[in-house]
Amino acid sequence: MFTIGLFGVLTRRNAVGILLAIELMLNAVNINLVSFARFRGDLGGVVFALFAIAITVAEVAVGLAIVIVIFRVRKTVEADHLDLLRG
Amino acid sequence: MTGEAVAFGAVAVVLVAASLAVVLTRNLFHAVIYLAVALVATGVVFLLLESPFLFGVQLLLYAGGVVTLAVFAIMLTERLIGERLTQTNRFIANGAIVCAAVLAAVLGFLAGTPSGPLPAPTADATPAIGRALSGPFALPLELLGVLLVAALLGALHLARPDD
Repeated sequence: MFTIGLFGVLTRRNAVGILLAIELMLNAVNINLVSFARFRGDLGGVVFALFAIAITVAEVAVGLAIVIVIFRVRKTVEADHLDLLRG
Repeated sequence: MTGEAVAFGAVAVVLVAASLAVVLTRNLFHAVIYLAVALVATGVVFLLLESPFLFGVQLLLYAGGVVTLAVFAIMLTERLIGERLTQTNRFIANGAIVCAAVLAAVLGFLAGTPSGPLPAPTADATPAIGRALSGPFALPLELLGVLLVAALLGALHLARPDD
C-alpha cells in the first residue's frame, strides 16, 4: 500500500491527486503501527497511530488550503506547471 | 484458515484494489471515492487488529473529514465547470520501477524475519488508551491541540478571499 501511494505521488499530475496518494502512504504506516501494537501487546503503537491520524488531518487541511491558494494565483494545479522553484 | 485470516485476506484485496484505483484512475472525483473505500478498508483492518476505537476514529476523521476536504478542494480547483480532469501521467515507467524496487526491498526484509506465534486476543483497549492519553501521553495530546489550532488558523488565513 505504501508503494502504491509512492507511485501515485511520483506520477500524478494534479496536486490534489498527489495529496490523495500521500494519504495512502500514511494509512499504510498506521496499519503497520497498529499491527505491531497488536502482536506485541504494546499500546504505544495504537497511541502513535492515533496521533498520526490527527496530524494527518491537520496536514491535509493546510495542504489543500495551499493548493487552493496556488490555484487562485496561478490558475492551475498541475504539478508540471508549478515550476517557479525550478532552476 | 481461520476466519480472521480469511477476513483479513478479503479486506487486503479490497484495500490493494482501491489503492491502485486511487493512483491510476483518470477522473479525480473517482479517485476520491476509491480513497474513501481504501480508508474504510483500513478501518476494518484496525477492527481486525482489536482496535475498535481506532476504527471509529478512522471512519470519523479520515473517511468523513479528509474525503470531504478533498472533494471541496477538487471542486474549488477545477478550471472549467464540468470538465473531466484527466490524469495523463508522465514518468509512469520510472515511477513503476522505483515502486517495484521499494516493494521488493520491503518484502525481502519481511521474508527474512521469523513470524512468532499469535498472542491471545486482548480485551478492548479503549479505556487503556484513554488512560494512556491522560497519563504518559498528556503532553503530546496538548501539543496536538496546539497543532490543530495552528493548522486551522493557517488554513483559514490561506483560504481567505482577497479583500
